[in-house]
Amino acid sequence: MLNLFINSVFIENMVFAYFFGMCSYIAVSKSVKTALGLGAAVTFVQVMTVPLNYLLNEYVLAPNALAEGVDLSFLSFILFIAVIAAFVQLVEMIVEKFAPALYNQLGIFLPLIAVNCAIMGGSLFMQQMVGTEINSVGDSIVYGLGSGIGWWLAIVMMAAIREKIEYSHVPAAMKGPGIAFIITGLMGMAFMIFSGIQL
Amino acid sequence: MKLSKNFTNPLAANNPVIVQILGICSALAVTVKLEPAFVMGLSVTFVCAFSNLFMSLLRKGVPSRIRIIVQLVVIATLVIVVDQFLRAYMYDVSKQLSVYVGLIITNCIVMGRVEAFALGNKPWDSFVDGVANGLGYAFILVLVAFFRELFGSGELFGFEIFGDWYTPNALMLFPPMALIIIGCIIWVHRSINKDLQEK
Repeated sequence: MLNLFINSVFIENMVFAYFFGMCSYIAVSKSVKTALGLGAAVTFVQVMTVPLNYLLNEYVLAPNALAEGVDLSFLSFILFIAVIAAFVQLVEMIVEKFAPALYNQLGIFLPLIAVNCAIMGGSLFMQQMVGTEINSVGDSIVYGLGSGIGWWLAIVMMAAIREKIEYSHVPAAMKGPGIAFIITGLMGMAFMIFSGIQL
Repeated sequence: MKLSKNFTNPLAANNPVIVQILGICSALAVTVKLEPAFVMGLSVTFVCAFSNLFMSLLRKGVPSRIRIIVQLVVIATLVIVVDQFLRAYMYDVSKQLSVYVGLIITNCIVMGRVEAFALGNKPWDSFVDGVANGLGYAFILVLVAFFRELFGSGELFGFEIFGDWYTPNALMLFPPMALIIIGCIIWVHRSINKDLQEK
């Protein structure tokens, strides 16, 4: 389990290894505070939706799960996204009620968590890993937590770098997204050093 | 006149990937070779065009409160069609694309175009807009894949281009290089279109 956790945070980091959630990663990484908030929201949604989708996969979608000879796995996309969309709606209402400042800051990106590839990607990878790394609800919670924290870590690091880079002379055409991509590329190379780790 | 402008605009001046920074999530991971990039580009074009068409047809009947979930259902259905088609007729490519086909659902371009265009325009215009945005996305994908496959394995579409003298640069095949290449494409694009530069 520890192996799975470390693996999903560092080695198979959502952003650096799979480019998941890049849209909001580039757009919301301008200040550390917002990045922290969005990262927390994504991690929370991830921790909740991956186990939910795991149960769904185990008891409804997998071959012979619902009834003998019934294979509903082709429906997994639509059911996973429905779970995620419903859950994000819930989080949005909670944030709006209890943290209005954060709600205003995140703006359009809060509902967009629903279409954040990191969330959907986490569930789809979980489905692929059933039977190998993930064998219980506990494993799926650990995987959701790990991949969420990995994304959180990436966006906060990125925001910190971008706050500093405000004061540097970046070529005019590179300002904004251009330099953000190159920084992410360099960070990704740094993260590649984790790839040899065996626990 | 307006139609042709709608068509050409997303291809260059207002490209969804490098100007609007949408849909990068699932874009970069499939660009190791040209073939999957090409197939992925076409799949997204298909999904984008038809989701725009259907949502435009439905736009007067769907209350705006529940539109997100309706959009997700339409998009997820189209993606399932694409996924099953790829599995049936192009099994190898579908294996290479793995979870990224499913992630077309969460591709911000598809959702973004439905929200920004299809809900306020006639079906035919929306269809054209969807095709154009899909092709704009496919163009960037193929461009990135071209450089990565050419320098990463000395081949294009699996045919050898460079002879034995060329030692493939394996770094090009790793994820970070996709980010750096796309950063450079943005750099070139914004150097030409100066009005896009951030101040």
